[in-house]
Amino acid sequence: MNLRIQIEDFDIGTECDALAGSGGHVGAIATFVGLVRGDDALIALSLEHYPGMTEREIGRHVQEAQMRWPLLGVTIIHRIGRLLPGARIVFVGVAASHRGAAFEACEFLMDYLKTRAPFWKQEERPQGIAWVEARVSDDNAAQRWRQ
Amino acid sequence: MKLLYFAWVRQKIGRGDEEMKRAPGVTTIAGLMSSLRERGGGYAEAFAEPARLRAARNREHVPFDTPVCDDDEIAFFPPVTGG
Repeated sequence: MNLRIQIEDFDIGTECDALAGSGGHVGAIATFVGLVRGDDALIALSLEHYPGMTEREIGRHVQEAQMRWPLLGVTIIHRIGRLLPGARIVFVGVAASHRGAAFEACEFLMDYLKTRAPFWKQEERPQGIAWVEARVSDDNAAQRWRQ
Repeated sequence: MKLLYFAWVRQKIGRGDEEMKRAPGVTTIAGLMSSLRERGGGYAEAFAEPARLRAARNREHVPFDTPVCDDDEIAFFPPVTGG
């Protein structure tokens, strides 16, 4: 597992190449890239996290994904700090022999990242700064993996 | 005990972390929240509505009825919004 919490941007091609090099048996790489959505006159997002708990929580879910699916590589990158509309926030990449495991594990990891990893977003708009509220739809998305 | 606060909880309290000696009567996260609320000011505001908060004990999500010990690291924060 390659897990990074960083201020800097990342390069999707570089990350995919690294996953492809996870071993000669890689036949599929599924990736998710989350961007700052610039709707409602958003000026910027600021992200903070709980160092130590973030790594532990994500690590647990990667372990669970590895038990559920035969994975050959996992890369998770989450940016923190102030990000402008269009900027990349998060990268989840999963390498496997076949696409089914890669697609499912990627979605599983992203659903848990949204609902369990201790990150918080603040939105900066012309009318002021406000913390983003958690969404019930994200909880429901994570819950379906328990059924 | 080490206490940590994140997002608007940190802003209302005015600091991100502090050391605290556990009062004898405080045995759970819920009890700790009540004792912090009684400090008044920003603490009273931050802990006014427990339903808006989540807690972690030693870097793991836990429910409010979880017991607390003297050397625990307890964090309070709103529901997470990463990704």
